[in-house]
Amino acid sequence: MNRTPILRFVAKRILFGLLTLVVISVLIFGVTQALPSDPAAVMLGRDATPEAVAALRHDFGMDRSLPSQYTHWLGGVVTGDLGTSFSTRLPLSEYITPRVGNSLFLLACAGLVSIPISLAIGSYAALKRDKGFDNASSLALLVLAAMPEFVVGTLLVILLATFVFNVLPATTYLSPDQPPWSDMLGLVLPILTLVCSVTPYVARVMRASMVEVLESDYVEMARLKGMPERTVLLRHALPNSVGPVFQVIALNLAYLAGGVIIVERLFNFPGIGSALGEAVRSRDLPVVQFLALVIAAVYVLTNLLADVGTVLVTPRLRTRL
Amino acid sequence: MTVVDAGHPPASAAPPTAGRVLDRPSSVLRQAIRMRRTQIGLLVAGTMVAIALFGPYAAPYGARQYVGSPNLRKAPKTRFGTDYFGQDVWSRFLHGGRSILILAVCATVLGVGLGTLFGLTAAYARGRTDELLMRALDILLAFPQVLLSLVVIAMFSPSGFVVVLTVGFTTVPRVARIMRGAAIGVVERDFIGAAEAIGESRRRVLFSEILPNVSATLLVEANLRLTYAVGLIASLSFLGFTPELNSANWGLMIQENGSALTVQPWGVFLPTFAIAALTVGNGLISDGLSRVVAGIDRGKANV
Repeated sequence: MNRTPILRFVAKRILFGLLTLVVISVLIFGVTQALPSDPAAVMLGRDATPEAVAALRHDFGMDRSLPSQYTHWLGGVVTGDLGTSFSTRLPLSEYITPRVGNSLFLLACAGLVSIPISLAIGSYAALKRDKGFDNASSLALLVLAAMPEFVVGTLLVILLATFVFNVLPATTYLSPDQPPWSDMLGLVLPILTLVCSVTPYVARVMRASMVEVLESDYVEMARLKGMPERTVLLRHALPNSVGPVFQVIALNLAYLAGGVIIVERLFNFPGIGSALGEAVRSRDLPVVQFLALVIAAVYVLTNLLADVGTVLVTPRLRTRL
Repeated sequence: MTVVDAGHPPASAAPPTAGRVLDRPSSVLRQAIRMRRTQIGLLVAGTMVAIALFGPYAAPYGARQYVGSPNLRKAPKTRFGTDYFGQDVWSRFLHGGRSILILAVCATVLGVGLGTLFGLTAAYARGRTDELLMRALDILLAFPQVLLSLVVIAMFSPSGFVVVLTVGFTTVPRVARIMRGAAIGVVERDFIGAAEAIGESRRRVLFSEILPNVSATLLVEANLRLTYAVGLIASLSFLGFTPELNSANWGLMIQENGSALTVQPWGVFLPTFAIAALTVGNGLISDGLSRVVAGIDRGKANV
């Protein structure tokens, strides 16, 4: 098989992803510059002299032209010099980077747990279409999908950490510089909350995709050939039904990056969510800008992987490149 | 970048509305209401809407009235004790739904209205306009709704106006994607060409030929978006971004009383169950509607 078209496709996708990121960074920068109040004045408080405000503006580079500020910011992000937090006065690389790692760990755990579960639920529901399991799971998924994350999380706390069963800690006990896996038990509820709020979407699409594949000619053909049902399902139906699901998985991982903000607050997890809430409250622009960029980058990256993944598992698309 | 909105049938699926008489909104409603899940949804969500709207009139105390020591599970002359600040939990619960509901409805009207406009325009214009419009909206999709709302709130204040605008605008790209998908099949059909041939203006074609033919999808989408708007606005309140400090608000109540959960659970129980009932009830209605529109089985939307 000639492999270059795939490489060219991947290169094109990466280029497009980078372009999207640049547009996004301009957008983030532009939007945060529209701030009606002067962050330097906010930082120094009501009694600050105009000289002190001007000096602080100079320190943070706020007196330069907008394009120059933008290139300075983006250049810093690319080279790892992320700037200084307005409110804590700590360099972002010290204050935020460990939290980004923590949140990515949480995200990765939630993804690793929820993807196989939702694929399994979706496929099994498609197999048992309109029977007991299908109806029950569809209702349960509907209920989970409707509730916002913090309500799911609070219900889980009521159920598992306090009143009904008191088996899990209701908050995580971690300082930002500790690795998140040092409190595995405390991670169970945050991960479970994220899994509950993301599984419904993936499972539903998996079910729909599987239902379609099970009705296709080639599955009927495989059955008519007398193949054992197991082989039909695992070799013919499953690989063909996961293709369309990749996109939805990617979108939901990106969506999880938003859910993380809420869930971290609920369980006191030291990640970007708690930092973002704090930064928004104190109008800490460098932190808000950087975190928005990180979350957008997660989206662009997962989408990129999904596009490539979809092409790799769908032979029809592979030949059309 | 191809994006499929979470939880929806893939955008490539043929529009379920194409030329089926039963898909007029009134008949969709009539069919949906015969389903058990829609009935339960209407009952549950209706109860919560009634509590949210009329609760404040039934509340024995004011939303910010101090009635006793904080965090009492049982206090004289209160039904569910006092909250973290010594306010009556039951009264704050009755006061706490209205702002969420009103803001959510406004945001949904704004977001679904603009999203439909963009989606239909993109589908009708096709070509470069379509591409440009949808790509621009795709970029907004890169930000989770919570994040974008937080960034905007960081710049302004969390006033009701700002919350409605941000939640509304972040809904636009998601709705536009679905409505474009539904309208793409309609613009290909003969009666659109016929309407153009007799010289109807493009705006008239858009609003009186295309829009009625995607109205069933619009109905489902609007209801779904309302569920999410309630969830999102409650989440923002939970994070502490409410129009007024210490306002009675279900999301904020959960946050405020969370640390005293084991001492005085009612301050968390009542608002948690209220938001759950409102969103799940609404979700059941959405599901009933979408089952009628897409056919009972979403996997067979193409048939």
